[in-house]
Amino acid sequence: MDRRKFLSGGAALGCSLAASPFLTPVALASGPWDNRLVVIVLRGAMDGLDAIRPLGDADYAGLRPTLNDGKATPVGDFWALHPGLAPLLPLWRAGEMGALHAVSTPYRDARSHFDGQDILEAGSLRIDQTAGGWLNRMVATVPGMAAETAYAIGQEQMAILTGPAPHLRWSPEAKLEMSPQARRLLEIVLHDDPMFREAALQAVAIADGLSVEAALAAAEEENMGMAAPKAGDHLSLAQFAAGRLRGETRIASFSVNGWDTHDNQKVNLQRTLLRLSDTILALKDGLGPVWGKTAVLCMTEFGRTARENGTRGTDHGTGGAMLFAGGALRGGQVAGRWPGLGEADLYQRRDLMPTSDVRAAAGWVMRGLFGLDASTVEQVVFPGLDLTTDPGLLL
Amino acid sequence: MPFDPIIAATRFGTGLSPVLRPPESVQAMITRLARPDSVAANLPISGFDATVPSLATFQAANAAVRDAQGTPQEEAAQQAARALRIEISAVRQHNTLTTFARGVVAADGFRERLTAFWADHFTVKSKAVPQRHLIAPYVEDAIRPHVAGRFGDMLSAVVLHPMMLTYLEQVRSVGPDSKAGRRTGRGLNENLARELLELHLVGAQGGYDQADVTQLAELLTGLSYTSRGGFDYRADWAEPGAEVVMGRRYPAAAELSSVTAALQDLAVRPQTAAHLARKMAVHFVADTPDPALVAGMGEAYLGSGGDLLAMTSAMLAHPAAWSPERLKVRRPDLFITAALRALGTRARAVLDLRQGGYQQHITGALALMGQPLESPVGPDGWSEAAADWITPQGLAARISWALRSPAAFVDPLPDPRQFVQTALGGAAPPEVVFAAGAAEKLSDGIGVVLTSPAFQRI
Repeated sequence: MDRRKFLSGGAALGCSLAASPFLTPVALASGPWDNRLVVIVLRGAMDGLDAIRPLGDADYAGLRPTLNDGKATPVGDFWALHPGLAPLLPLWRAGEMGALHAVSTPYRDARSHFDGQDILEAGSLRIDQTAGGWLNRMVATVPGMAAETAYAIGQEQMAILTGPAPHLRWSPEAKLEMSPQARRLLEIVLHDDPMFREAALQAVAIADGLSVEAALAAAEEENMGMAAPKAGDHLSLAQFAAGRLRGETRIASFSVNGWDTHDNQKVNLQRTLLRLSDTILALKDGLGPVWGKTAVLCMTEFGRTARENGTRGTDHGTGGAMLFAGGALRGGQVAGRWPGLGEADLYQRRDLMPTSDVRAAAGWVMRGLFGLDASTVEQVVFPGLDLTTDPGLLL
Repeated sequence: MPFDPIIAATRFGTGLSPVLRPPESVQAMITRLARPDSVAANLPISGFDATVPSLATFQAANAAVRDAQGTPQEEAAQQAARALRIEISAVRQHNTLTTFARGVVAADGFRERLTAFWADHFTVKSKAVPQRHLIAPYVEDAIRPHVAGRFGDMLSAVVLHPMMLTYLEQVRSVGPDSKAGRRTGRGLNENLARELLELHLVGAQGGYDQADVTQLAELLTGLSYTSRGGFDYRADWAEPGAEVVMGRRYPAAAELSSVTAALQDLAVRPQTAAHLARKMAVHFVADTPDPALVAGMGEAYLGSGGDLLAMTSAMLAHPAAWSPERLKVRRPDLFITAALRALGTRARAVLDLRQGGYQQHITGALALMGQPLESPVGPDGWSEAAADWITPQGLAARISWALRSPAAFVDPLPDPRQFVQTALGGAAPPEVVFAAGAAEKLSDGIGVVLTSPAFQRI
């Protein structure tokens, strides 16, 4: 390359930053869907029996001498919500928040978080990179999908979206701050390599979009005299997800951690459920009118023991609950077939007996939201799954 | 295409350096590998047995917490368990930084690359807190000593290692007709057997079926370990009877030697040779490597009875290995290592990183770049495809690291106009040379060089 010509090219770029492709918004193709699906992975095994308490079951109180503290809010005459879910009561009553009880993945007996999460996210007992996670396989059922359609959010690896189908990954922590001069030089060094150039263009588009959103939000708050939003990683994840979902994104997934309550569950579960409640409220706020087309599924790797342990907590179990929210779902109900908590009703006389597969619930929701047919769900998204009867989560 | 010292240092090593000379020839690379491992001696990482705190210590501390419940000793026992967790994090940090420092200062970067490649081939992950600091010790025990030795020796060391036995659940597998199986009703867990065939030995196209997996799983029964004594062979778990795996019958004796003999035999099957050769060529040379290169490597492996030095030498001897086209992209850990090496970073500057710097410049950066420390998704390890790494977030994280992190390791930063030559070895494209010189501050100049595809591609 002629050095002088190159230099003048660089200088010209410097004079017209606005024309630089790094500053031009990237056009992103839209997916064929209008509904939104958010899957929140609750890592650590949420105690479904404590989150959604079966107060009407005669055996419940005996199994939970200290955890059954009388502070839950009844919803109907059988169930009550843990106080950590109290912020979601208005949603519950509006039919925008509910639960499906006594669910599990096909994982049994070893009760390892690590394996349980692998199976939850793979959507099958067989885990490998080429097969990917079940959300990725779902995206792959529609050809020509844009990467923007599906978003894995946060630092946590979301195996559920990993795989060959296009998807994007971004953590709100990821920054791309640099001087205009550095940006110009980077553009020069990345320009001739298509793979690097494309990745950089998208990164800049996301990062710039975020800083514009942040600036607008700050200005709006100043005008309206609103308080600064609550701090916390879970909220930044939810706000980021909502921002994408208002745009071209249709599927988003992230994690909320901290469910492994072996000790002092009363305090620890309360804290984590409050974080989840705030997360769901932040999604609703951020989504605005799109909330009406949204389904949020909160899934965990397995449930916890029916009995309290000796340290006012619970240990790894089997059956648990899936929480769900969003205007696209039929909330205000605890769905699922209740197996009972009598000693003989329990799985291995210790855990809540699963009466349905949590994958089937997700499968029915995806059928409704995205029009997938049953065979696609049973053969591609969750190979080998039997969808059985519709748990009735969709409106 | 002839040997090229820059390709030798970048494609097969941990990068160019202002203080370490690139290899002079293929023969020099092979000779170095055959010599004693001086880097491991100078920058040691303890093996599994010598690592403190051990699994047994941690289990004892947890037992003490349980025993002390409701007694006046409860608080002290809990404090002791917490202290152990902190110690485990500190050991893991030290191990990680030592691994990075080795790549940064090693005269023989090729050995570091081979170690990382085979460690990924035999990926293990930690399943619980007390194992978090034990992955580097596993690599030190089972992988590193064998990278220029016999694959069968590496295979045995891996399969008998407590980390692999736990990770792929062999410790849960009991022959259903063994003494213990009949007594307890426990049965097979096929996880290790399946991954051995699919990932570690003959490969997914190796021509095995479910019956072979089950037979190999039966053959492996008896492999176990105890947290106090390490590896343990439990004859009372071993499934009785001979097993036939992929057409060959292995002896029935319930003893460890029948397991290791079968592994040695599987290690030198032609399908294993083809699978290993291809995987190694994909890792070092190209995602779709020249079939002649792969064939030559496989032949050298088989002809030598499974000698990795022979297969490695065959790779380096083949002209396709020296193609000037740079088809691979450095993975995040190698990107950081090579950047620090190009900056002339000293081992001390890496090892002495404090916890905050470690989290910012190493673990946090790796996670954002898409390679969270020691946590690939599954037993198949990290992806080989460049496009899986040069994603919007992955590249943004590399750019941010390149612009900000070098100053945490070297002070003062080098002059970018010299650095572009050091890092790219005189083959620097004109636009990178221009950008290095045009930056308005030193750190930007370093950052654009490290971000350039010319640095990231090898």
